[in-house]
Amino acid sequence: MDSVRYDGERARIPLALKILIAGGFGAGKTTLVSALSEVRPLQTEEVLTGAGVGTDDLSGVETKSTTTVAMDFGRITINEDLQVYLFGTPGQDRFWFLWDELAFGALGAVVLADTRRLADCFPSIDYFEQRGIPFVVGVNCFDGARRFSLETVRQALDLDPEVPLVLCDARDRQSGKLVLIELVEHVARQRGEPVPAA
Amino acid sequence: MRTESPGPQHEWLDGDAGPVVRPYTLTGGRVRSAVGGFDLVAFVLAEPGADLAAHPELQPEHRRLVELAGRPVPVAELAADLDLAVGVVRVLLGDLLARGVVAVHQPPRTAYLPDNDILKAVVSGLRAL
Ligand SMILES: Nc1nc2c(ncn2[C@@H]2O[C@H](COP(=O)(O)OP(=O)(O)O)[C@@H](O)[C@H]2O)c(=O)[nH]1
Ligand SMILES: [Mg+2]
Repeated sequence: MDSVRYDGERARIPLALKILIAGGFGAGKTTLVSALSEVRPLQTEEVLTGAGVGTDDLSGVETKSTTTVAMDFGRITINEDLQVYLFGTPGQDRFWFLWDELAFGALGAVVLADTRRLADCFPSIDYFEQRGIPFVVGVNCFDGARRFSLETVRQALDLDPEVPLVLCDARDRQSGKLVLIELVEHVARQRGEPVPAA
Repeated sequence: MRTESPGPQHEWLDGDAGPVVRPYTLTGGRVRSAVGGFDLVAFVLAEPGADLAAHPELQPEHRRLVELAGRPVPVAELAADLDLAVGVVRVLLGDLLARGVVAVHQPPRTAYLPDNDILKAVVSGLRAL
């Protein structure tokens, strides 16, 4: 593959594709990343400091109290030259600045929707729409939740017709994998080059 | 949608925030590495001839990073493995890069737009899961 880079003669540097898993609190982001990841579900943390981000010099920050926000993180190896990294987004509005970093260079996103709290995923949808980042919506089917038709959910979310909307169970690897496939096919379609069915 | 920068820090300290910590003690208060931000999926690879004995000023965490980077490892994975915040790992990596002990391979600018062959490979790889 022409994407492969080499570090001198020594090692092949794989291509890493970044996919974001977004949605409201409790929508199943952590569950989905864990179900799909081949490594134990990892968390990476980012540090919030009183001075905020965008400040280069925080002299004295070591004595200021800071707090961390955890991001779920998982890996799927496609082949030795190609890896998919999943990043669960922090759920709160005040962490938007972390989203910008996560979204930078991302292939696309999965927005998880919980039909009991549909409005919780509006901010995620807005975020990706405004930045032109391709996304699909996965309706996570919680036990006991009333079943809505996909058409009803699509209308409630005011989704563009070309945005894929699929049912899923975030606990189930096969189900989660189908959501990711839907996303990659959507990315390809947006570029006018459909991926033929294998 | 709220896009303004986060408010005063006490607003962060609720159930969603992690424990209050002082993670930048390790970096002597530096929050930016000297050489700019490394992407979360930038791959880090130790230089084969790297001689850590020549750098007694480095911390144990620097040394762990070099060990882990014996194969190409992305920044986010290093942070998870070391249980350190990404921002801290970036500063430490900057120190290592400045000493020529590691190489950092930023993702290609077009990573978000891989060619169709790559997308096909991803789809068939996912189908095989
Ligand atoms: N029944 C059901 N429960 C789920 C599903 N996905 C997640 N859960 C549960 O819902 C809770 C919240 O999920 P979590 O992944 O932590 O949500 P997050 O806040 O988006 O990371 C957990 O107790 C999960 O076990 C699902 O598809 N079906
Ligand atoms: Mg979670």
